[in-house]
Amino acid sequence: MNWRAIAAIARKDLRAVSRSKGVMFPLVLVPLVILGGLPALIASVTPLIPPEAMAGMERFMEKLPQALRAELSGLDVEQSLLVLALVYFLAPMYLVVPLMVASVIAADSFAGEMERKTLEALLHTPATDAELFLGKLLSAWIPALGVAAVGFLLYGFVADICTFRALGRLLFPNPLWALLVAWVAPAVAGFGLGTMVLVSARVRTFQEAYQLGGAVVLPLLLLVAGQVTGLLYLDLTVVALLGISLWVVDAALLWYGARTFRRGVLISRL
Amino acid sequence: MVRGTVVIEAEDLRRRFGEVVAVDGLSLEINAGEVFGLLGHNGAGKTTTIRLFNGVLPPDGGRVRVLGLDPVREGTLLRRRTGVLTEIPALDGRLTARENLAYYAALYGVPRSRVRRRVGKLLAKFGLSERADELAGNYSKGMQQRLALARALLHGPELLFLDEPTAGLDPVAAREVHALVQDLSQAEGRTVVLCTHNLLEAQRLCHRVAVLEHGRLVASGSPAELVRSLSRGLRVEIELSPEDREVVEALRGLPGILEVVKAHPGILEVKVASHLVLPEIARVVVGAGGSLFRLSPREPTLEEVYFALHGREEAG
Repeated sequence: MNWRAIAAIARKDLRAVSRSKGVMFPLVLVPLVILGGLPALIASVTPLIPPEAMAGMERFMEKLPQALRAELSGLDVEQSLLVLALVYFLAPMYLVVPLMVASVIAADSFAGEMERKTLEALLHTPATDAELFLGKLLSAWIPALGVAAVGFLLYGFVADICTFRALGRLLFPNPLWALLVAWVAPAVAGFGLGTMVLVSARVRTFQEAYQLGGAVVLPLLLLVAGQVTGLLYLDLTVVALLGISLWVVDAALLWYGARTFRRGVLISRL
Repeated sequence: MVRGTVVIEAEDLRRRFGEVVAVDGLSLEINAGEVFGLLGHNGAGKTTTIRLFNGVLPPDGGRVRVLGLDPVREGTLLRRRTGVLTEIPALDGRLTARENLAYYAALYGVPRSRVRRRVGKLLAKFGLSERADELAGNYSKGMQQRLALARALLHGPELLFLDEPTAGLDPVAAREVHALVQDLSQAEGRTVVLCTHNLLEAQRLCHRVAVLEHGRLVASGSPAELVRSLSRGLRVEIELSPEDREVVEALRGLPGILEVVKAHPGILEVKVASHLVLPEIARVVVGAGGSLFRLSPREPTLEEVYFALHGREEAG
């Protein structure tokens, strides 16, 4: 493997993305809204919920799984709501961030290269198919991990600042989120990446790839719905299993993606 | 590579895309140091041939060796020694000219210590130094083409594939590219495979050409050889007054005259078997009462030969 070539491809794709307003806009805005705005909004709104609505919340909490109720024991309704929302319900939303960052950059790197007609010159270089593929994967995966890590720090900071008075303790960091950030977020980024590689092999433009690949966010929304309806809750075991499942799916997607990323196949599509 | 050594050797090379035959039994040899033209319409198979030669696309059949290597199995090694100017400059418009070159220098394995100097030297050679730190997307088409050419030369390749290097360029920029190709071949001894449908360009630059039609090789040789072997006769322009029926008839009756065409008012164009008929033409025009102002023999061009070949293929 020629790591110099791989690093050059990854660096170049990142540099190009950083100069594209259309790509950078969602990459900056979405993490800020989800990881900065949302916890601040929830922490600010919860104390304003009227007492009659709180009674409804109590009934809702009675339907939660036993293990989760045990986690919330000793907390009043307002405190329970804050913990539920910020630690559990928003966890899948946090995962949207690495997923989206990886998907957007991968769409630009794979389908965008085809759209800008810059792929042929790249295929005429000595870089092997595997080096080209790996360089492009890293160009999307590494920033997704970076944004996920920085995003977690932002989320934890905002949530702790906004809830410390109500809870009297720090919510973050905690073991559940540590596992989420270190184990699941990289796998989720890989999932977005693998999906986008396959989608890009079938479309010709960045926009088409991004729109088709947008469906990858659905499983995460199902996780949110599962928790809100009380069907599921993210404890350490569930998060660990979620990570394992995603890594297996990633391996399959990337193995198949690498098979489609062959010079002879790509050049025939130009 | 020693001048005259065979650099590319293709035998019965074939490639199809579904029902479309892109390259159909192509056999040819290209020697070191020559500028070799691949001529043909759009879709004749020129670009596919370059892709096959450079190991970017595997052939369906046949055999090809380039610089002594098998492009399919030794593509990476081969591409370290070749440079390609693709039909579209294929530069990343979001990078500056300098960044574009530095990126490809890393891909082509130019040693890190030499990248900065090499890039600077090429930018200067192609007259791009002053705008080297501007985004390539803001460049004019001619500048982009020059930058793409610089990119193809970054690693000092022995063999260059230039796909339509002057397409879309203005005459001044095209002339600069022609001068560069001549320089690459004559002064630097590089082998150049030039895909073009500009026949004047081929005649001016190429030592030998191959004419492709629907992926098949229909003729090859030096431009002069092709003209000699494929054109019948010599065209002669006659400017005279008065240009009347009697003169035309007298010319038509002259042995060695193959065809008489009225080109413009006062100008006849005749096709003759050889130069030997020229004095007879002058005598007949004057004898028929005409005043002869000009008698200009003109060698057939590669363009005329090309269209004759094309017509033959279409008919056949």
